[in-house]
Amino acid sequence: MKLLRNRWFGPAVLTVLLLLAPLLISTYSTMILSEILIMGLMAISFNLLLGYTGLLSFGQGAFFGLGGYCAALMLQAGYQNLFLLLLVGMLISLLAALVVGFFSVRLDEIFFAMITLGFGMLFFSVAHNWLDVTGGSDGLPVFVLPSLNLFGTELTFYDPLNMYYLVFSIVLVGVVLLWLIVHSPFGLILKAMRENKQRVSFVGGNVQLLRIVAFAISGAFTGLAGVLFCLFNSMATPEFMHWSFSAKPVIMSIIGGTGVFLGPLFGAGIFFLLEQVIILFTENWMLFLGIVLVPIVIFFPQGVFGTLRNKIFREGAK
Amino acid sequence: MEIFLLNTLNGLSWGMLLFLIAVGLTTVFGVLGVLNFAHGSLFMLGAYLCMQTMQFFDSFWLGLLIGPLCAVVVGLLIEKYLLKKVYDRDVSYQLLLTFAVLLILDDAVRMIWGSGYHVVEPPEILSGIVAIAGQDYPVYRLFLILIGPVIGGLLWAFFHYTKWGKIIRAASFDNIMAEGVGINVPLIYTSVFALGTWLAAVGGALAAPQQSLIPSMGEKIIIESFIVVVVGGMGSFPGAFVGALLLGLLESFGTVFAGRMQMAIPYILLAVILLVKPNGLFRKGV
Repeated sequence: MKLLRNRWFGPAVLTVLLLLAPLLISTYSTMILSEILIMGLMAISFNLLLGYTGLLSFGQGAFFGLGGYCAALMLQAGYQNLFLLLLVGMLISLLAALVVGFFSVRLDEIFFAMITLGFGMLFFSVAHNWLDVTGGSDGLPVFVLPSLNLFGTELTFYDPLNMYYLVFSIVLVGVVLLWLIVHSPFGLILKAMRENKQRVSFVGGNVQLLRIVAFAISGAFTGLAGVLFCLFNSMATPEFMHWSFSAKPVIMSIIGGTGVFLGPLFGAGIFFLLEQVIILFTENWMLFLGIVLVPIVIFFPQGVFGTLRNKIFREGAK
Repeated sequence: MEIFLLNTLNGLSWGMLLFLIAVGLTTVFGVLGVLNFAHGSLFMLGAYLCMQTMQFFDSFWLGLLIGPLCAVVVGLLIEKYLLKKVYDRDVSYQLLLTFAVLLILDDAVRMIWGSGYHVVEPPEILSGIVAIAGQDYPVYRLFLILIGPVIGGLLWAFFHYTKWGKIIRAASFDNIMAEGVGINVPLIYTSVFALGTWLAAVGGALAAPQQSLIPSMGEKIIIESFIVVVVGGMGSFPGAFVGALLLGLLESFGTVFAGRMQMAIPYILLAVILLVKPNGLFRKGV
């Protein structure tokens, strides 16, 4: 029990498990796991806003899509450098998030959710209608994936296993960076704003600016996830930017628990596991997702992972 | 000039439908404090139930009467067994719960009636066309332009001149005080949700002869209703009216001046209003 309560134990076990997993599971499951990790990164970046800053963004799909389109456009233009793709995707999403954030953060609660939803759909409209650049509703296909020269060996990512380890490494770096941000003094101020933004303002914190920065960081990492997804999917489509896509990180975070750093990642895992299980016996997976979501929302106020963790910790403390 | 007139009529008929849906949404928000993601699905359900009733009785008017009432039963179950549990919870939980209801309703309708298109014929008396500005114009759209203000006027009179209407306004103004003076607030919440459901479903039934029925028809309209509600001012009755007409007209004229980017107009309107007047065009108050 003491080991279980060590803060490094869980993450360490998880990392080792994720490293070894592809050796034990099928290729198909490995691909699902890649998707879980990508969406998990998106959900954790989203939760920087919902769980830590108290802002419900309903337009994260815009930044995910921007990352994806950036990667697709650059690959089509012949830029093959993997790190350049990741960096540019993040930067463009960061800039877009700065602009959207600048306008949005002055609003709160439901109004913030609505304006981010509006901006997200604005990006969707552009992606959907600017045929010459984005390919419209068909999306942009990616024909050539970048390769990586690792210690003299040329790695390509057409093999799902290589793709998995690429996703795993980038997501790991992203999650570690987000963890450092959340546990920095900046992260503390975000939590303070979630609790009471007037007081932060009274003690001299620039609430607007801090929120914009949080929004931009979240957008940048969401864009990073978008680049990965574009490579994984060999495709960028306007659907990434639609509000129903932006709802996914919301669902995942709340399923997993917004109060725990890795909660949204677990939420992503539960989400995809549910999907895989449900489509085994019915096509109507939305119906069952809804039916599963209802009790989770009602009976797990801290999310499944959050509520369970609190139970373990509380019982351990007795 | 003809184009102007036709676009105005198109915008008004679409705006009136939007108004019916948005006024239910805004009333529910004003009283219960919940922004109902599933409101569009109740609109869709109303359209399907109207169609089903018409298959039984072969009358659009009976469909318009009975369909929405059946939807109200669904609405009552949703409020009583689900929504009640999250009134005091964070906004994100309320949105997610109603989103789950949306998923369930949309897929349930898909299971019952299939994912293909369904067509509802307008009643004979309204199925014709009239010549307006040298063009054939469907009578049914003119009917929509008339029915919107009629239902809106009745609602307004209900809120302002009946005891129940005044109680609902009191509960939306300050529910703790209302409870303090002996008003059964939980009952008010249930009734208001039923009313909101009825309005959405009537909107759906009225929209049925104008557009083909598909299970996802609620998803487009819910976002536009959100926009109307925010633009007009959350919880504002006149705001819903003005917002709906504004959006309807903008979208209608958008096809003329914005071409393919017409799709972006509602979101631009939303962003501009939220930035210039964050409380919407009209301040809160049912």
